[in-house]
Amino acid sequence: MRARIKKFFDSGTLFVWFCGAAVAASLLMVGGVLLLIMVNGLGFFWPHALVEMTLKDGTHVLGELKGEEVIPYSQTKEFPEGKTRVRLKVGNRDLYGLDFRWVDTDHIASAEFPKDVVAFERREWGNFYGRIREVSRGEDVLATGNQEGWKALQPLIGQANDLHEEIEHLQRDVIGDINYEIEETRLRIRELELRGQREVPEVAELQVATRQLETQYQKHVATLRTLSNQLDEYSVLLVETNGREKRLAAGQIVEALRPNDMGLFEKLLRYFMNFWSVLSEEPREANTEGGIFPAIFGTVMMVLIMSVAVVPFGVLAAFYLREYAKQGLIVRVIRIAVNNLAGVPSIVFGVFGLGFFVYAVGGTIDNLFYPEALPTPTYGTGGILWASFTLALLTVPVVIVSTEEGLSAVPREYREGSLALGATKFESMLRVILPCALPGILTGLILAVARATGEVAPLMLTGVVKLAPALPLDAHFPFLHFERKFMHLGFHIFDVGFQSPNVEAAKPMVYVTTLILVMVVIVLNLSAVALRNYMQKKSKASAV
Amino acid sequence: MINAGIDELSESHQADTQVRPYATNTQTTDATMTSPERSQDNNSKITVEDTDFFYGEKQALFKVALTVPAHQVTAFIGPSGCGKSTLLRCFNRLNDLVEGARVIGRICLDGQDIYEPSVDVTDLRTRVGMVFQKVNPFPKSVYQNVVYGPQLQGIRRRSVLDGIVEKSLQGAGLWEEVKDRLHHSALGLSGGQQQRLCIARALAVNPEVLLMDEPCSALDPISTAKIEELLHSLKEQLTVVIVTHNMQQAARISDLTGFFLMGELIEYADTKTIFTNPSDSRTEDYVTGRFG
Repeated sequence: MRARIKKFFDSGTLFVWFCGAAVAASLLMVGGVLLLIMVNGLGFFWPHALVEMTLKDGTHVLGELKGEEVIPYSQTKEFPEGKTRVRLKVGNRDLYGLDFRWVDTDHIASAEFPKDVVAFERREWGNFYGRIREVSRGEDVLATGNQEGWKALQPLIGQANDLHEEIEHLQRDVIGDINYEIEETRLRIRELELRGQREVPEVAELQVATRQLETQYQKHVATLRTLSNQLDEYSVLLVETNGREKRLAAGQIVEALRPNDMGLFEKLLRYFMNFWSVLSEEPREANTEGGIFPAIFGTVMMVLIMSVAVVPFGVLAAFYLREYAKQGLIVRVIRIAVNNLAGVPSIVFGVFGLGFFVYAVGGTIDNLFYPEALPTPTYGTGGILWASFTLALLTVPVVIVSTEEGLSAVPREYREGSLALGATKFESMLRVILPCALPGILTGLILAVARATGEVAPLMLTGVVKLAPALPLDAHFPFLHFERKFMHLGFHIFDVGFQSPNVEAAKPMVYVTTLILVMVVIVLNLSAVALRNYMQKKSKASAV
Repeated sequence: MINAGIDELSESHQADTQVRPYATNTQTTDATMTSPERSQDNNSKITVEDTDFFYGEKQALFKVALTVPAHQVTAFIGPSGCGKSTLLRCFNRLNDLVEGARVIGRICLDGQDIYEPSVDVTDLRTRVGMVFQKVNPFPKSVYQNVVYGPQLQGIRRRSVLDGIVEKSLQGAGLWEEVKDRLHHSALGLSGGQQQRLCIARALAVNPEVLLMDEPCSALDPISTAKIEELLHSLKEQLTVVIVTHNMQQAARISDLTGFFLMGELIEYADTKTIFTNPSDSRTEDYVTGRFG
């Protein structure tokens, strides 16, 4: 018997099972995580049906069905299974105070899905679920009743969105430009003052220019006020399911849907439109509503700057260690130190980045190049450049290690072949060894990108913010503004999920942001992999 | 670091030559005794005078002295680890790369000591080309492989490079086979073609000497035959020094043969003499296959 067990063990079958089980377990976990994120994240865009319940006490509840559960400790003799309750997203935060409500299944008299209920997405206070009583312009009633009101409302929503777009454009582009120029002129005057040239004619000219800009600014602000007033021109009187009324300016409505009246195709269309608006729009309501475009942009841009910084740095270091340095104790110690650097907690890098990049380097830059802006720091505060550099420092060990591996994988024959043709060591490295090591270098880049995209802790110290006023890339010279603070998907998850006033309502946004973060990581990685494969193909390839 | 090593090498060698400037003449060795007649005319390309070679503490060559005549094929034979490849790699100073390598003695190319500090190593290596045991075309196209050397010398004109490529590939007997796939990867060629490409690559810089370190050991008999054939035509233009394990090959292709054993040059003479009437019993044992 024992012999048979030993034979079975030695045959390796058991080992193969364990190996397979390990792979299966990893796949299951990865798959589970992705599935959870996808189910929760992708479900967010779907226009959910609205259920209207009549309770036994005669009141009504209207909302999206969000789940059902057994009430804890409700198992009694009559109900061995326990009683159940359902969770509804009832919206109307301004009226009810809460977005969600539990309803015991016991209390429900009837439930139906009326086709005429309307779901409003509002610019403030979250969603409103209910019906339309009347649509009016100032004091004049344009339409009464749910059906009439719905028809009258449609063009108004389009108008309101156009108005918002115009206001947005005025605020950000036109007035933003003027503010930018006023600030530039102020700094120029300050610069001249610092040089002691308070009396030169240029100062006077600049002051005149500032006054002109301020006049323009006032003019635009007036336009802005008119536009804002137009938003309030039309209003709609809404009524919730129990009859409480709420007057809402048409300008407050982002969109109005009748989800119970929509066909599958219409819902699909709406699904993709919602998806796109999350990708392309700016956040609203403390990030819990609207889109996450600035966060996507900030994440990608930061990773790109990091890549540009980390690759040359790591490759040069690896070349020195592998090709030039005398292999001995010191190089061994350095190598161990580099490997250990990869294991240092990322927040430590954040502290270093804050102390070294932000305060020391940034502060010096401010003193030398931007004295006119002081005491407001320019580079002496967190910004996308310092965050990227901090992450570059965090990921440089990965690049060094894989570049070294790539270099040591280059056959000795290539080096000798090159030298034997009269190349110097430098020429051999540049023309033969570097191309051969390129796949290794790019593998390092892939690992670095994967690590950097997901890192949040060091960024919180070196430049990430909850809401950035402007993207780090815009139309003002010099276009790339490395000193600006930025938004990041990882931080966005933390902020929306744990720092927002209404965590439950923000939950879908957390999943959506997570999903998009995962997608950004995948896209960045795949492009690095594609780049590596292209390079490999170019250097080896076509054996036909 | 390597440069420092070279300086050290040259210093030690200078010291050595100062102490014993006429070492070769004063110390009569087997090699000088058996040197063939033709090496005594002015036709000598490489002369090795009384050279010791060390890898760190380990001595790999002991008082080797020989003369390689121009426009001849000279073969070095001997069992593994006997120092024949080491000597070959001294001729283009590729041993400089090895940490702790030291040469004591004098190796001259056209009468010029190649271990002088004033010698430009890259310049030396363009004069002394090399083909390796392990086939090593760069992972680039056929064309790029051949123009690698000329481009290093600063030749950039496309027409000139095209001419060099054609001439070199023809010189290596590869032109007809690859002329339609010059811009395909060199790694797509067969092993024999790759080795001839390496020869073409070496020819492209117009070397005076071509060192071949067991160039056929990884090839099939047909490819080997092609390369051997090539050697006959190559010796018109340059001097060939070949290291080989294969005694039949040495007998077939070389004009002169040197037999190495344990870092010593046992016998150096006309190939015919070595294989039919060697003067040393160890040589006879080796060529008749009694050991090695």
